[in-house]
Amino acid sequence: MADLSINFAGIRSPNPFWLASAPPTNSGAQVHRAFEAGWGGAVWKTIGAPVLNVSNRYGAWHFGNQKMLAINNVELISDRPFDVNLREIADVKRAWSDRAVIVSAMVESRPEAWHDVIRRIQDTGADGIELNYGCPHGMSERGMGSAVGQVPEYCEQITGWVMEVAKIPVIVKLTPNISDIVMPARAAVAAKANAISLINTVNSIIGVDLETLEITPNIGGRGGHGGYAGPAVKPIALNMLAALGRDSIVHGSGLPISGMGGISTWRDAAEFLLLGASSLQVCTAVMHYGFRIIEDLCDGLSNWMDEKGFATIADVAGRSLHRVSDFKDFDLAFKAIARIDQQKCIRCDLCYVACNDTAHQCIDLIDKNGCVVPPGAYDVCSNGKADAVGMRPRVVVREEDCVGCRLCFNVCPVEDCIAMLELPPDRPSVTWDELSTKQREVTEDWNKMMQYREKMGIHIH
Amino acid sequence: MKDSWGGNRGGLQELLPPLTIHEAAVEAARCLMCFDAPCTHACPTHIDIPKFIKKIATGNLRGSARAILESNLLGATCARVCPVQELCEGACVLGSEHKPISIGRLQRHAMDYVYGKGPDLFQPGKATGKRVAVIGAGPAGLSCSGELAKLGHSVTLYERRALGGGLSTYGIIVLREPVEIALAEVAMVQRLGVRLESGKDVGNEPSVSDLQANFDALFLSVGLGSTPQLGISGEEFIIDGLDYIERSKLDQSRLTVGNDVVVIGAGNTAIDCATIARRLGAERVTMVYRRSENEMTAYPHEYDFVKREGVGFWFLAQPVKVHAENGAVKALECVRVQLGAADSSGRPFPQAIPGSAVMIPADQIVKAIGQHRPSLASQLSLATEKGFIRVNADFETSVTGIFAGGDCIRARGAASTVMAVQDGKLAARAIHKRLVNHG
Repeated sequence: MADLSINFAGIRSPNPFWLASAPPTNSGAQVHRAFEAGWGGAVWKTIGAPVLNVSNRYGAWHFGNQKMLAINNVELISDRPFDVNLREIADVKRAWSDRAVIVSAMVESRPEAWHDVIRRIQDTGADGIELNYGCPHGMSERGMGSAVGQVPEYCEQITGWVMEVAKIPVIVKLTPNISDIVMPARAAVAAKANAISLINTVNSIIGVDLETLEITPNIGGRGGHGGYAGPAVKPIALNMLAALGRDSIVHGSGLPISGMGGISTWRDAAEFLLLGASSLQVCTAVMHYGFRIIEDLCDGLSNWMDEKGFATIADVAGRSLHRVSDFKDFDLAFKAIARIDQQKCIRCDLCYVACNDTAHQCIDLIDKNGCVVPPGAYDVCSNGKADAVGMRPRVVVREEDCVGCRLCFNVCPVEDCIAMLELPPDRPSVTWDELSTKQREVTEDWNKMMQYREKMGIHIH
Repeated sequence: MKDSWGGNRGGLQELLPPLTIHEAAVEAARCLMCFDAPCTHACPTHIDIPKFIKKIATGNLRGSARAILESNLLGATCARVCPVQELCEGACVLGSEHKPISIGRLQRHAMDYVYGKGPDLFQPGKATGKRVAVIGAGPAGLSCSGELAKLGHSVTLYERRALGGGLSTYGIIVLREPVEIALAEVAMVQRLGVRLESGKDVGNEPSVSDLQANFDALFLSVGLGSTPQLGISGEEFIIDGLDYIERSKLDQSRLTVGNDVVVIGAGNTAIDCATIARRLGAERVTMVYRRSENEMTAYPHEYDFVKREGVGFWFLAQPVKVHAENGAVKALECVRVQLGAADSSGRPFPQAIPGSAVMIPADQIVKAIGQHRPSLASQLSLATEKGFIRVNADFETSVTGIFAGGDCIRARGAASTVMAVQDGKLAARAIHKRLVNHG
């Protein structure tokens, strides 16, 4: 059985799953219940400056039959009194010595204010502190949250103030609302923070109500940008996580990274680990289904690790990072083509229309006699299920023309029906980087490029 | 009449409830939106089904309804009465391993919207000055009339009975289609400018020659004739199945349901009769068929349905005599048969087994054994095929300018509402082409 426990910058927890700083960790009662359900840790909902909240603060993005592909919120930091939060944090920590209790904080940008809040948090017995430099709405208008995270200099300065008094590990939480995530991460490294976490929520407007023309959600006739989170942001989070893992300064610093952004299942969790996270935070999935999801997060991850022969989280963390690459380093000779399993194909023809209308026109409709036919090639008098099913052509990839774009693979609704078949390369391996170094003219002049293609036997129809 | 366990069983109201908005949205989202979809191929009117379903998914119900009605003007009836298992849903790519999309019910969702609160989606076309007479206001006649009106032709629709709609109004059990739906479609066609002349028995008044003189083209959608005679003793005690259904729909005060009902026949009409009898209180309903389960013409899903209704079957039993006392039916006497070589219908001919008589107790006997061929064909000396009116690919009969469609031409294949609608639509296009080109 895999050992799921972690030691993250000195913060220990029995599994890598922490509730992210958000509504699920708003009170001691909630965190108690979460720990009873099995959560390894909790990052307390941000405490700090006084606030007031509004109604209709959560919006959601639904797609098809999937509810809450993402949530968006304009909820501020904790609206419960500071002292109440501190008392409950101390209570929880006393009751759950084996779990990680991290307290998220955000105060105005003065050294005394940060010193004070850090000291008071430390007095609770909490295991760590997370600096909320990410909240993109409301608090940022007051110079806090992402207003800090978006300026690496502020990030470094404030983290420096914190580190002056911090006696427990400090995690800097980054905002994704920035053009290069590496910059604020380097600032955290420079300020000698103990760890980094990412991503906070993404700036977003959920939509507009077509009946009333109001912004969704409607807050007294107004609406605005809020923080976007949930399954829809996962790919963005993975990219930012990998960007930190590939940066020599951030990676070289050895700071551990707590990954979050759309983690809903153990599969998502494993992907975050593989790209360099060593603790994981979850919010939207819990807000959708409740604390109980921790059971399969742990069970699924543990089973997968056993199958793969990973004994500890450290064995997994960063395991796929070396594969993340820039386009210039991809092998241009790599070749794959699509192949459709006719036994599994249900003849929806979604691959056909996608390829034909929007990709490379290399899937044919083949009738019973082996002839290529156009779509709708049946008589107007033909009908009934026997005709419709019996006369339906097969979809077949014209392999010599397939560029292996993978669009058909992506649209196919049937599991394992379309395979991307990897073929032995038919020319020597070369990257764009190598090409532009060794044969620069090929990369700058279309005529030279065409000559090169001719020579290498590259035919793009 | 009371059921043995009290009350009647479910009654005759429409069997399937409408989908809720949420159910429709969930079901519509499940559709894969196949390209060149097999459901569309399978539909005799070739409705672009993924198109109308995706419009439901996006909340564009008006556009959805239009997509349906452009291919099938009687979309509300077809949404209810089509044998979808044999057509669109039977061809759904999700059917093999999953549950096919409920296409019929989604179509009904869009149609209910249009008939509930939507505006008319089509207007009469610019007047061409051409006049067409359509004889018979069933599905083929309504479809043809409506399509011709959309193209700008002046259409007079003659109907022998008091109400338009044909079998949709008179012959389809309420469980599947309430009368109001059929009548709403008749009214929609009238709003397109079609003049409905009901109570007119074409052939007598007006005569066909009058029509030929006054109109540029004729379309015959006369359906079929009366139920044939069994030619057995006591036949006068047997109730006609179509009459039985009609009373159940339009005037239940004239419908008496027995306690021990025997239905002769095993087609879809026979199944409807058996269902009515069960649902309106018969203790025991038995269907009697002279061939076997394999030859019955009812759709498999209808057969399954009626078995679940608690109807019993006598296969390989041929009625020979109705036993009655003092005007009251007591039993149907049958002989057992065995199946021999194929007859003219292509099905094995039942041969009586001597000495095998059985008495099936009954206090009511209903027959639903098909209908006579259209009589107008012989009056007009039209060429026929197996007694049905013969038409060419343009739905034109052997007499120039007289077109025909619907059950009266259905020499091959199963007669159905949706096929009749398609006939009417295609015939309208052919008539239009003729009238405009010969303008």
